[in-house]
Amino acid sequence: MQVVVDASKIPAPVFERSPGYWSSVLKRFSRDKVAMTAAVVVLLLLLMAMFAPWLTPADPYKSSMLSRLKPIGTDGFPLGTDELGRDMMSRLMIGARLSLFMGIVPVLMAFVIGSSLGILAGYAGGVVNTVIMRTIDVFYAFPSVLLAIALSGALGAGIFNALLSLTIVFIPPLARVAEAVTTQVRNRDFVEAARASGADAFTIVRVHVLGNVLGPIFVYATSLIAVSMILASGLSFLGLGVKPPEPEWGLMLNTLRTAIYTQPWIAALPGLMIFITSISFNMLSDGLRSAMDVKQ
Amino acid sequence: MSGGPINADVGGPAQPLLTVRGLVKHFPLKGKRIDGSPAVVRAVDGVDFTVHKGETLGVVGESGCGKSTTARLLMRLIEPGAGEVIFDGRTVGSRDLPLKEFRRQVQMVFQDSYSSLNPRLTIEDSVAFGPQVHGVPRRESVERARDLLVRVGLEPRRFAERYPHELSGGQRQRVNIARALALQPRLVILDEAVSALDKSVEAQVLNLLLDLKDAFGLTYIFISHDLHVVRYVSDRVMVMYLGQIAELGPGSALFDAPRHPYTQALLASMPTMDPDRRTEEAPLAGDPPNPINPPSGCRFHTRCAAAEPVCAQRVPTLSDSALAHSVSCLMHEPGSGHTRAVAMSAAVSA
Repeated sequence: MQVVVDASKIPAPVFERSPGYWSSVLKRFSRDKVAMTAAVVVLLLLLMAMFAPWLTPADPYKSSMLSRLKPIGTDGFPLGTDELGRDMMSRLMIGARLSLFMGIVPVLMAFVIGSSLGILAGYAGGVVNTVIMRTIDVFYAFPSVLLAIALSGALGAGIFNALLSLTIVFIPPLARVAEAVTTQVRNRDFVEAARASGADAFTIVRVHVLGNVLGPIFVYATSLIAVSMILASGLSFLGLGVKPPEPEWGLMLNTLRTAIYTQPWIAALPGLMIFITSISFNMLSDGLRSAMDVKQ
Repeated sequence: MSGGPINADVGGPAQPLLTVRGLVKHFPLKGKRIDGSPAVVRAVDGVDFTVHKGETLGVVGESGCGKSTTARLLMRLIEPGAGEVIFDGRTVGSRDLPLKEFRRQVQMVFQDSYSSLNPRLTIEDSVAFGPQVHGVPRRESVERARDLLVRVGLEPRRFAERYPHELSGGQRQRVNIARALALQPRLVILDEAVSALDKSVEAQVLNLLLDLKDAFGLTYIFISHDLHVVRYVSDRVMVMYLGQIAELGPGSALFDAPRHPYTQALLASMPTMDPDRRTEEAPLAGDPPNPINPPSGCRFHTRCAAAEPVCAQRVPTLSDSALAHSVSCLMHEPGSGHTRAVAMSAAVSA
């Protein structure tokens, strides 16, 4: 055949296996300084939370009436003490465990449930789509903070109930993003071609849809981690999440608010931690988004 | 490549590979018409034709005339409103020929070479997907994919493990052709398959398609708006207008002696190299009428130079489809009431 001959005549080097999509994303991500900084901060926070029990300089639960509200830099208390005289640095480090847990776990659960619902709605279309998406719209009618508070209030205080209510809060936005991306992918010709080759819906979703939609949904989910942390802190602040004396940043912010006039810096410390963590997660997801956003 | 026994010829060479009867697709619109009946877009409105084994049937027409909808209806990518499709003597979707088996025998190449490849899959995985769906083991299907890449002129060592965005439009369309052939189909529907390519690449891909047709004994339905290309590749040509067939006949007859005024206008609109054949004014004015509310009678009468009052009342029928060259025009129906009808039919029979 003439054409075959033509193609082989083109002088060109023999290429090695070309880098896959994800490795090129990684490459672009590593060139983004802001995103890399955020990634390092997130990694340090995670490590800190993981090894907190071995890293804390003092017992985070041990209170002392004599050393209440010591300022930052006091001997033995590098970040001062709280209103019950407990070491702030130890409490902040241990508090990272619950705070990060409350930030990541609800989003992870909502990611699984929300993406499944959204992909199902997006791929099936028609009546299935209408039923799922309109149900989700009902949840959208409430502001997320209000919804979280209402659900937590109804379920009762406690970590598990707070997790549950936060998960429910994050399912609608994730499902909506998943539905939007899936609807887009579903109308591409390669899905039509896969249908034309006789593949069933499950195979098409597995091979052709998932790979194209999970990335964008994941990026959106990482941006929700910060929101989840803040909401969880809010719930703790209102007494609906973590209970004292467990250290958790939101709860610490709550109990320290009386000290805002005497030791404003100490009272602000948990808030600062929340701020650093949430902004790092946001930067991380921004970086991921731009690294993945290429003309493929 | 081994020809699968499943795709073997059933009815012998004389039996049409594909027979389409009364194919209809109306897309519903929101809201109703003034008279209360539901509003629909009559995308395909009663189409009958046959495709013979080993031929290339060209399908031409303006944008929105129902060419692509017809292709998608044939593949059952959208459900037809009415009508039946008979593939080599067996009705598609019946117990004789389940949809999955039909889809193994009929494949499609789309216009947008980029959109029709999954950006997350390597070229060879894209090509190997179809066979795997039909139970070919992964290893074997990848081998078949590599063989096909060779056949379409893409060196597997260079291209098999690359991703679609690393390929040019022409290369991607070759991959799409390989993908369509991976199931060893008998009929390939080419929906504007070369329209988006540069002229030089288009010619290469067209020649490739013709080579592959001979090599694998394929039958093509070649949909295009480019009359030159259709003339080059087609054995027979079908002209569509507003969801119906205007004229259907052998390529040479249709291009040399078009009978339907619409076909004549289409052909007159072909750009030509010959300065003596240059057209000074547009042979057709305006856009096709809205398919939501198509004209009464002959659908072309609103733009037809030879239209008479009868054309707005009487619906022309496609003169017997078994005829080699059939046309849907009152001028070619004896006794239709059109003043030129008798004379023309006499001329044809003479």
